[in-house]
Amino acid sequence: MLGSEALLEALRREKVEVIFGIPGGATIPIYDLLDGTSPRHILVRHEQCAGHMADGYARASGKVGVCMATSGPGATNLVTAITNAYMDSSPVVAITGQVPRATIGKDAFQEADIVGIMTPVTKYTYQPRRATDIPRVVKEAFYIASTGRPGPVLIDIPKDVQMEAASMEFPSEVELRGYRPTYEPHPLQVKKAADILSQAERPMILSGGGIIISRASEELLALAELLSAPVGTTLMGKGSFPENHPLWLGGLGMHGAREANILVLEADALLAVGTRFSDRTTGRLDEFCPDAKIIHVDVDSAEIRKNAKVDIPIVADARRTLEAIRVELVRRAEKKERSAWLRRVEELRRQVASEIKNNDGAVNPRNIISGLRAVLPEDAIVTTEVGQNQMWAYLHFRVLKPRTYITSGGLGTMGFGFPAALGAKVARPTVPVVDIAGDGSFIMTEQDLATSVVENIPVTVVVLNNHMLGMVAQWQRLGVGGARSKRYSAVELGNVPDFVKLAEAYGARGVSIRTLDEFREAAREAIKSDVTTVMDVPIAPEENVFPLVPAGAALRDMMWE
Amino acid sequence: MSESYVIAAIVEHKPGVLYRVSNMFRRRDFNIESISVGPTESPDLARMTIAVRGSEAQVEQAIKQLQKLIDVVKVSILPPNETVVRELALVKVHTADARARSDIVHYVDIFRGRVVDVGHDSMTTEITGTSDKIDAFIELMKGFGVREVARTGITALSRGLKSLRVEE
Repeated sequence: MLGSEALLEALRREKVEVIFGIPGGATIPIYDLLDGTSPRHILVRHEQCAGHMADGYARASGKVGVCMATSGPGATNLVTAITNAYMDSSPVVAITGQVPRATIGKDAFQEADIVGIMTPVTKYTYQPRRATDIPRVVKEAFYIASTGRPGPVLIDIPKDVQMEAASMEFPSEVELRGYRPTYEPHPLQVKKAADILSQAERPMILSGGGIIISRASEELLALAELLSAPVGTTLMGKGSFPENHPLWLGGLGMHGAREANILVLEADALLAVGTRFSDRTTGRLDEFCPDAKIIHVDVDSAEIRKNAKVDIPIVADARRTLEAIRVELVRRAEKKERSAWLRRVEELRRQVASEIKNNDGAVNPRNIISGLRAVLPEDAIVTTEVGQNQMWAYLHFRVLKPRTYITSGGLGTMGFGFPAALGAKVARPTVPVVDIAGDGSFIMTEQDLATSVVENIPVTVVVLNNHMLGMVAQWQRLGVGGARSKRYSAVELGNVPDFVKLAEAYGARGVSIRTLDEFREAAREAIKSDVTTVMDVPIAPEENVFPLVPAGAALRDMMWE
Repeated sequence: MSESYVIAAIVEHKPGVLYRVSNMFRRRDFNIESISVGPTESPDLARMTIAVRGSEAQVEQAIKQLQKLIDVVKVSILPPNETVVRELALVKVHTADARARSDIVHYVDIFRGRVVDVGHDSMTTEITGTSDKIDAFIELMKGFGVREVARTGITALSRGLKSLRVEE
């Protein structure tokens, strides 16, 4: 058996259905074997998109996403996407071709030290030097990518290893003595957490992306209801808790909901699960929930005390830990009265609602995004780009189910949303997938409209078009983040392209929107369409995202208009 | 509060592991004072001894990040009072005349070192001990003229029965 054959056989054994990629000189032996059957190969137009599609596929399905690129520039084009997957703990396996063994280190044509480049942005990297290593390497790569705290793994295969014949053994087990994730929570820590939560008068839960990864949403809901604890989410945790539930507060952080950012300052116990206390979530850490005892649950022990000081650390799987805490609380049968806390939540919610200016009928981000929700079924998937569009979606799009909201949280990669939407659509072909985009972001990966049309992957792109790099423009207008002169600098994109014509040039549909009614009508049509639709929605260039906690400030310094 | 810590790690003995470890330290902004690597009693494992400076919280984080590396099998901090720490240095000293030569040999004796090479106007000495002892010896040799110094960085083992052995 050849190395390339062993690779494909190993991928089939991992139940890989689809590979996103572009061929090149160093992967020709692998492509020689791809015949359109299993796994399906989706030819993209830029390797970065192959990586984001694999990432979107992984987040929508919970399975490992696979992307493939050739050596040198093909491989380096994957770096942004792989870093993105790493920051957001997304299970992706990236396969790259490499120059033949004898030329490694000789600066051969299209040689890049991709193992060296990717090491800091992956969970692990492999470069099998013998064909016979390939089955074990693939097995381990999928295991590492999908277990513990998930993340991307690189397999870099020299071309002559792909072409080398060897007798292959496909292992059924993985044995890595340096990698044994801890899933079971320590019973003593669970008891201590239960002590704090049962005594708390104002408990709150901070739900991160780890809840979605470990499929802990049902346990989260049960525990929140048992404790009468309101739930705020991080950006990565959006979708972990149903956003039509009375205990849902909204997202925390720089562009968090006022309810969430205010109540976290009042809580006396915070149960933070599957979150790394990112600076965008907490604001200034020394003023983050000053009166609360903090319980921190994470499967990655290095996250404990990396950023926040915590009282009770629990290194374990989120779902098992929430279940263990709930069982312990039920066993104790103490039910603390928390009606005063719940009244406070309600009162604040009413106050915030009463201050929202009535802007019925205007074509603005809030109305477009809530209008989109009304048109979409519950299980529709929304992805976002990065910048104002992303934060408006964070604030205004109500997510009802886990794995239906996909965004670039850690790295903040403009251009992520559209290819991620294509990947999500491949994973869930029966549900509508919509990318909430800005014009600046969409431009960065729009060439993969070609992929969506040629490979029949219909999605909807809603371009909130202000002809600006809107978030930077907002900081410059408001004079925050170092914008002392309060003038625009390098943010105006001009009145190009014509997104309708752009879509049509690729054989997709383009729709220009002027009113909310037109938007709703076009959205209804778009999600039923069998070809990708790009909606050009003009918004006011001066539109700001509020609330805003300036970078480095405390949550209590939130500006809301 | 910045202090010195000695970290010992048992790692897979294969290419690229030193890169992963040193790169993690750079990436997380931890400072390595010295690092030494060598094979262990088991052929597929290597032992790294890493001297770092930092606060307790920084070092705790460094250890967790080390443990997170897939090729790192076992990690521990070696507390100074329960650990044997050694470093080896080769020091090439200028020998101006016979007097300097005999003085240097005398000092080498006191430091329980050895003379490993003698040239016309220089002498190479080998000193083993704690880093402080080596610092002191080099300081003394400066009076004669130090030509070149090569230090291994520290290596260390726990005293008594405690060990970092990996059960096969």
